[in-house]
Amino acid sequence: MSGLTIEDVRSAIGAKRTTASGLAQDFYTRIRKEDPEIGAFLTFCEERALAQAERIDAMAAEGLALPPLAGVPVAIKDVMVTRGVRTTAGSRILENFVPPYDCTAVARLEAAGAVILGKLNCDEFAMGSSNENSAYRPVHNPRDKSRVPGGSSGGSAAAVAAEMAVATLGSDTGGSIRQPASFCGVVGLKPTYGRVSRYGLIAFASSLDHIGPFARTVKDVAVVLRTMAGRDPMDSTSAEVPVPDYVAELEKPVKGLRVGVAKEYFGEGLDVEVRAAVEAAIQKLAELGCEVVPVSLPHTEYAIPTYYIVATAEASSNLARYDGVRYGFRAKANTLSEMYRRTRDGGFGMEVKRRIMLGTYALSAGYYDAYYLKAQKVRTLLTRDFDEAFKKVDVIAAPTCPTAAFKLGEKVNDPLAMYLADIYTVTANLAGIPGISVPCGENHEKLPIGLQLFARHFDETTLLRVAHAYEESRKPL
Amino acid sequence: MKVTDKDVAYVADLANLDLTVEERVHMLRDLNSILEYIERLSELETSEVAPMAQVSDRYGVDETRQGSDRFAYAIREDVKDGLRESLPHEVAVENAPDTDGTFFEVPKVIER
Repeated sequence: MSGLTIEDVRSAIGAKRTTASGLAQDFYTRIRKEDPEIGAFLTFCEERALAQAERIDAMAAEGLALPPLAGVPVAIKDVMVTRGVRTTAGSRILENFVPPYDCTAVARLEAAGAVILGKLNCDEFAMGSSNENSAYRPVHNPRDKSRVPGGSSGGSAAAVAAEMAVATLGSDTGGSIRQPASFCGVVGLKPTYGRVSRYGLIAFASSLDHIGPFARTVKDVAVVLRTMAGRDPMDSTSAEVPVPDYVAELEKPVKGLRVGVAKEYFGEGLDVEVRAAVEAAIQKLAELGCEVVPVSLPHTEYAIPTYYIVATAEASSNLARYDGVRYGFRAKANTLSEMYRRTRDGGFGMEVKRRIMLGTYALSAGYYDAYYLKAQKVRTLLTRDFDEAFKKVDVIAAPTCPTAAFKLGEKVNDPLAMYLADIYTVTANLAGIPGISVPCGENHEKLPIGLQLFARHFDETTLLRVAHAYEESRKPL
Repeated sequence: MKVTDKDVAYVADLANLDLTVEERVHMLRDLNSILEYIERLSELETSEVAPMAQVSDRYGVDETRQGSDRFAYAIREDVKDGLRESLPHEVAVENAPDTDGTFFEVPKVIER
């Protein structure tokens, strides 16, 4: 079962070389063997998985046409609600929360035949860049278990890297899909804002939150995106924009496409080996016939401060709902006010409290204009940078992260150093453009390095096409 | 701008957090270090720049119209037969820490 792709699974089930049920059992066996040392899974939903697998097997037995994800073992970051399956957001405050409905993205994967194995570990409420903020346990990078898998979707990246799922879903508010994809050596896509419904995604920062796929190949990421993209009446920010057939477009040649390179993404703090690998990847794109064009994204250095105001302000509002009244943890108290405080004090971890505090401060009377309004204005400038650049180029190439995966514990006591791990990823969230991380080599310690590509709003087609062409070019002949 | 102990206490109160003594010490240090970094935004002249709240503002917004009509693209059709089905009552209270089956129960709100 090593190296399985979505198409391998679907065709093997169709040709009756395997069954969805047997495959699901094989994956559970593998997870039970591998995961104790990795920590990617928080909850299994074996009953739901096997019921779905049996439906797929029945279809195959009848010789019916199989849906695109038929029998494909997938797993879901634990910030997406799943009906009847515990959903914690990596937090103690939701330790026993069993949602009464399904996230749209999850429901669409299942409708396309996917077998959902379980829920994946992550930083609490998706707040973190190393997965060390999970209230349950840290995730270890399968490529080097002394290192972090990245975050916040660390479990989603690790599960794919360790082949405990063929594809997974993660969420990306400031890089939480692309950064762990880079650290674990897999492909991770953050689509355009509005491309995938956020209904049922536990809200962190609503204007920045995105759902996206992880897989081992660009093609698999394209297949998963296609099944879950598109307008959803349950999310008014999901866009009424047609969903192209990404897979059909993948093989189109990239010759003549213009690839932008911005010096702002190659400045101080970029590791020399990461730089060399990314520059080699850009050279490879040039060899494939792309035209490499210098572009400028002059406000890039303001992205992190802007992000940490906007994201925390929205978070402070979104997390106000955790008060112990309707669901989740409730602390014992004599008065209502005391109950709210004790519940939140006991239920939230330090990073979540830190962000609620920062966001509340930025929105508080007297500071609103200086921080929140200012950040919203700079967000406009950062978005304009991309608008200008995309007049000249079709995609932009950059490193996903300034370094390869760091050690567990290395940055845990320095929140600002941790925030800077997102320096190359947050801008795409502020602007809402799609971004992908594709493996582009390893450093001297055999740690993966990621190439990041951006494209225009709703142009995942070109983004995936270039990523696919690059990936193909790296395959040994 | 420098955050003080008093600010930490005030903001914690707004956020419905108590925070332990130790947490307050950490918070004071961390907020100051992060806000110092954020200060660099003041280098930018933004008096003529419009704030951006949402990416979706860029799609479908009709700038020639006024008020909520600008967002006509996001308006849903009325549902013909009443409202969309909501969660059954018993399902909605299933996760409640304390319920009598009809209401969410909480500690006394009004002191006698």
